[in-house]
Amino acid sequence: MKRLTSIGEFAAFQNRLSAARSPHIPTLVIPAGACGQASGANELIRAAKREIGHRQLEGRIRLRVTGCHGFCEMEPSVLVEPDRTFYPRVKPGAMARIVEATASGQVLGDLLFTDPATGVRVQKQDDVPFFRGQTRTLLSHMETTDPLRIESYVANGGYSAAIKVVERRDPRWVVNEVKASGLRGRGGAGFPTGLKWERLAQQRDGKGKFLVCNADEGDPGAYMDRSVLEGNPHSIIEGMIIGAYATGADTGIIYVRNEYPLAVKHLSIALAQARELGLVGRSILGTNFSFEIDLVKGAGAFVCGEETALIRSIEGKMGEPRQRPPFPIERGIDGKPTAINNVETWANIPLILRNGAEAFARTGTPGNSGTKIFSLVGKIRNTGLVEVTMGAAIQSIIHDIGGGPSGKARIKAVQTGGPSGGCIPAERFDLPIDYDSLAKAGSIMGSGGMIVMDENTCMVDIAKYFMSFLKDESCGKCFPCRKGTQRMHEILEDISKGQGTREQLELLEELAGAVKDTTMCGLGQTAPNPVLSTLHYFRREYLDHIERKRCPAGVCRDLISFSIGETCDGCHACVQVCPEGAIAGKKKQRHVIDPVKCVKCGACQSVCKSEAVFVA
Amino acid sequence: MVNLTINGLRVSVEQGATLLEATRFLGFPIPTLCHMDGLSPYGACRLCVVEIGQGPGTRLVSSCTYPAEEGLQVRTASSRVLRARRMVLELLLASCPQSKTIQDLASAHGVRRQRFRQEHEDCILCGLCVRMCSEQMMAGAIGFRNRGEGRSIGTPFDAKSEVCRLCGGCQYVCPACQLRCTYTEPDKAICGGCANLSAPCVEKERFDDMMCYLNPCVACEIRKD
Repeated sequence: MKRLTSIGEFAAFQNRLSAARSPHIPTLVIPAGACGQASGANELIRAAKREIGHRQLEGRIRLRVTGCHGFCEMEPSVLVEPDRTFYPRVKPGAMARIVEATASGQVLGDLLFTDPATGVRVQKQDDVPFFRGQTRTLLSHMETTDPLRIESYVANGGYSAAIKVVERRDPRWVVNEVKASGLRGRGGAGFPTGLKWERLAQQRDGKGKFLVCNADEGDPGAYMDRSVLEGNPHSIIEGMIIGAYATGADTGIIYVRNEYPLAVKHLSIALAQARELGLVGRSILGTNFSFEIDLVKGAGAFVCGEETALIRSIEGKMGEPRQRPPFPIERGIDGKPTAINNVETWANIPLILRNGAEAFARTGTPGNSGTKIFSLVGKIRNTGLVEVTMGAAIQSIIHDIGGGPSGKARIKAVQTGGPSGGCIPAERFDLPIDYDSLAKAGSIMGSGGMIVMDENTCMVDIAKYFMSFLKDESCGKCFPCRKGTQRMHEILEDISKGQGTREQLELLEELAGAVKDTTMCGLGQTAPNPVLSTLHYFRREYLDHIERKRCPAGVCRDLISFSIGETCDGCHACVQVCPEGAIAGKKKQRHVIDPVKCVKCGACQSVCKSEAVFVA
Repeated sequence: MVNLTINGLRVSVEQGATLLEATRFLGFPIPTLCHMDGLSPYGACRLCVVEIGQGPGTRLVSSCTYPAEEGLQVRTASSRVLRARRMVLELLLASCPQSKTIQDLASAHGVRRQRFRQEHEDCILCGLCVRMCSEQMMAGAIGFRNRGEGRSIGTPFDAKSEVCRLCGGCQYVCPACQLRCTYTEPDKAICGGCANLSAPCVEKERFDDMMCYLNPCVACEIRKD
C-alpha cells in the first residue's frame, strides 16, 4: 500500500476502489466473527474456496468473509449477494451445492430459512422475521465490509466522513453536528457525546489531550462491542479521527480486553493499514493534522470499564476508580484532559458526519436518537445481535425479532444492563427502550445486554448469580462495595437454601440501599440493582423460598426434589445417565428416584422423552 | 476561596480543600477510618460520607475525597447519612469485631447489634499502611493485590521485602489491630496479621530503629532516648 499524501490522492484511491466493486457479480458472504468461527464458519470458508477453485469459478463468484451479522442462532450462515438469499445453519457439505446454484443463478429451496410461525420458506434475508424488525444502520456494514481489508471499507465510502471533516477545517462545526445529532453515550450512562466533546475542545493547557475508546466490554451475556470491533474496526478508527479533529486531541487509545483475541487482531491489522495509508499518524494525508492511535490491552478486570479505573489501568496502575470530580475531561490520563467513549458511540460518529446530523436525529425518539445494538440472549428463540431504533418497545424485540420463548415456558422477565442493571417483568414489556424509561423502571440501558428469562428461571438465583459475579469483580477499594456484595451474596445463598428469614430479607433490602448510597463509583452504586429490582417485581418468589421453602422455578437445588410420574414408559434412558445410580426400575415399568442418592443434577429430565420427570 | 454551606452555616475554605477539612474546620465531627492527616485521601472506608446537593438530587459522597465546590450544600448528619454510616459500621463490626477503634465507633453511633454472620478478619483494607509506607516512609514495600473478595495487602509475591526498613509505621497507623499492638504481654504483642508483614523487630540485625514509630516498641521494648 502506498502512503497517500493528499486529500486528492485519497479521493482518487476511493473512486478507483468503488469503480472496481462490480456489485452484480454474485458474492457469497460468510460471517466469521468469534461466534461464527465457533459454530464452524472457518470450515464453510474453506469449503467455499475449494468449490470455487475446483469449478474454476474465480471471477464469476466472489467470496467475502466478514464479521458477525447478528443472527447467532442460525450460524454458520451464508448470504448471497446481490439478491440477498439467506442460507441458515449451513453444513460444509452443502457448500458445493450453494456454489453451483449461485453460479447458475438458482436458489436452493430446501436450504432456505423456514419461518417457525408460518412454516413458509423465506428466501431473502430482509424478509426473515429476525431481520425484518430491525433498523440495521451499524450492523448492515458488517455485511459489506471485510474487516481485514481497508480497501473494502474505503470502497464502501469509508473514511470519507473523516476526509470531509479535515477538508472543512472547522472543528466547531463537527462538535455542533454531533451535538445536533443528539447522540448519547452508548456505554450505558447516556451522557450527550457532543457536550463531552465540546468540553474537551474547551480544555486549553497545551499539554496534549487524549481520546479513549472503551472496548472493555465485560457484562455477562453482552457482546455487541466485540462484534463491531471484529467486524468493522475501521469505523472506530474513523470515528476517533473525527473526534480528534473536533476536540484537538493528539493521542487516541483503544482499551480492548485481551479476552477478545479476534478483536485485538482485527484492530491491530486495521490500525497498521490505516497508518500505512497515511490516515493515522503524523500529518494525516499531507495536512498539518496529526493523530496517533495506540492499542492497550486490558487484563480482564470488570471494573476497568469504569472510566476512572480505565484511566488508571492505561497509566499502568491498579484498576481502581477514584473520586470524580475532577472529571477525566479535566484530569484524565497522566493528568491530561481525556474523553472516553464507548465502541458503539465511536462507530456511530462516521455515520453522523456522512449522512448528516439531521438524518441521525430523525431516527429514534426526541432525546434518544439513533439506533442501539442489543445482544439478545437467554431463553429466547432467536439469540443474536439486534439493532433497533431507540424507543422501540421491549415487546417488539422479544416477540417480533426474538421470536418468543425458546422452550414451552412463558417469558417472565428480561434483564437489561448486565450486573448493574435490573430485571423488567413481562407486564412492563410495553416500555420503550430508552435511557430514561429503563431507569424509571429500576433498570438501566447499560451497554446493551438483554438476558431473557422464562418461568424456569429463579429470580433469587439470578440475583445470587450477579452478586457472586460482583463480589469477585468489585475492585475492593470501597468497604461497603467489597463487603456489601459478599454479604448480599451470603444472604441470597441462605434464601436459596431455604434457610432465609423475613428479617434477613429486610436486612438485604437495607444493605442494598446502603451499598447504593455509600460507594464511590458506578459499579458499587449500581451493584444492588439486580437485588433491588428482583425484590421489587418478584418479592413473591423470595417469600416462597423463605416461608414455604419452595423454589417455584425449580432451580434452587436445596428446595426441589425430582420424581418420576405415571407417564414413564420404562425406557431406561434416565437410569443410564444418572451419575449417582439413584434411579431404579425394570424395563417397561415405571422407574423410581432414590431421594437420598439424588444430587438433583437434572440429567434424567433432559433425556426423558415421555416428559415423566417432575421437579417439585 | 470557595464558599459553601455546611449544615446551614456558610463557610469559606481554600481552593482545593476537601469537604472533610471544611467540616472539621467548623467543628462538625465526622468519623473516619482510612483518613490520616499527612497521607493522601483515599476514600475506602466510606464512614465519612456526607450528603450534598439540594432537593431530590442529593447524594452521598465521601467527604475525605470530595473537593469543596462553590455554593455546595453539605449536610453531615442527615438521617440518610447516619443510616448509611450505621450500616457500614455494622458491616465492619461483623468482619472485625476485635478492633477497639471499630467497637468505639459503633458504640458512638448507636450500633448495638450486628445481624450478619460473624467473621474474624484482621484487615479492613483501609490502605493506611500502604500509604504510610509509600508516602511517609518512602519505601513502597507493601501494596494492594488482587480484587474483590481476594483483595489483600502485602509485599510482592509475599516475599520478604528488600525495601522494608522494618520501621513499624504500618502497624502504628493500623486502625484494626490496635488492641493487639498495644497488648501488655510481650509474647502476644505482635500479631503479624496486619499487612501480612512480620513484626518489625523479629530480625533485629536488620532493624533500622531510625525510622521506628513505636516508642517504646511494644515488641522489643527498646526505648530510644
